[in-house]
Amino acid sequence: MSVITEVSRWIIPFFLFFIPLYAYWRKVPVYETFVIGAENGFKTAVKIIPFLIGILVSIRVFVDSGALEIIINFCRPFFIRFGWDPDILGIIPLAIMRPLSGSGALGVATQLIDQYGPDSFMGRLASTLQGSTDTTFFVLAVYFGSVGITKHRYALKVGLLADAVGLAASIWIVSKVFG
Amino acid sequence: MVNLVWLLLLLVGIITAALSGKIDQVTVSALEAAELGIAVAIQLMGVMSLWMGIMYIAEKAGMVQALAKFSSPLIRRLFPSLKENSPAFGPIVMNLCANILGLGNAATPFGLKAMQELQKENPKKDTASQAMITFLALNTSCITIVPASIIAVRMKAGSISPTEIIGTTIFATSCAMTAAIFVDYLFRKRHGL
Repeated sequence: MSVITEVSRWIIPFFLFFIPLYAYWRKVPVYETFVIGAENGFKTAVKIIPFLIGILVSIRVFVDSGALEIIINFCRPFFIRFGWDPDILGIIPLAIMRPLSGSGALGVATQLIDQYGPDSFMGRLASTLQGSTDTTFFVLAVYFGSVGITKHRYALKVGLLADAVGLAASIWIVSKVFG
Repeated sequence: MVNLVWLLLLLVGIITAALSGKIDQVTVSALEAAELGIAVAIQLMGVMSLWMGIMYIAEKAGMVQALAKFSSPLIRRLFPSLKENSPAFGPIVMNLCANILGLGNAATPFGLKAMQELQKENPKKDTASQAMITFLALNTSCITIVPASIIAVRMKAGSISPTEIIGTTIFATSCAMTAAIFVDYLFRKRHGL
């Protein structure tokens, strides 16, 4: 694992060193080219602001209102009826939060890890789930927004189905490996 | 569908807050979130400018094209609607690599660049192309080898083995990614290639 950690440490300095050097050797005016590219990056960052704000506001209002807890309490009897271990129910806030908001999910995961302990079943499950999927809803809104796509077609369905599979796989593997 | 989800989140949040006597919270949350949006964008501006600048140098030197050309045939088979030498492959591969290494900050600029390239080949400018949806499916379910933030959280919580979840994470994320590719393939078939 330390090899991978080392790669992560070196990869960005490597790119910053190697790309301009190689380009200079290929007679690219590196500084001017950088500035033109950077301007495009700046413009893209500005362009996604409305989408960022739109998504963040609706998610934040939803989360802060306590609606999430009400939904979880509502779902609880169903899960118990399906014969699920009630212990696993603690993971639901994270499972719902994960596709919505990256920082929100990290907050929930941190709270679960502190509450149950990092080396408990729940702590390991929360860690695995947090590491295994991305913020589908957020990425969709910002990426599509940046190029002016308004009709997303089946993109959200694909993303959320993959998230559901990630949740099921997390529960299964953590029970199997650490159970 | 996004319109409906967005509206539901907002309305359910406000109604819940109203019923539980926390209506003031709605105002605070909405305004704070709007400010956060700007803060995130400002942070992104610097990172985006840096990486798009470096990326443009790489493009001018012919490196992105070379990466696109050598990108594994597997990745190219996932995007049957793109031309074989499409310039979108470069940033797509870079984005997936950055995701795999857990370099979230570097992944976003490559991802947005990939979207710009995909948009150039998109016949209907307001509608997501199949290649875009495949890319987003891969992006959001992408394998992460080093989930750095969660390892840090585990360390702080006093775990005896903060990195022990790497194996289970790779397994779970591989399942999610396989599912994403498969489901995307089914949808693509249904909507006609």
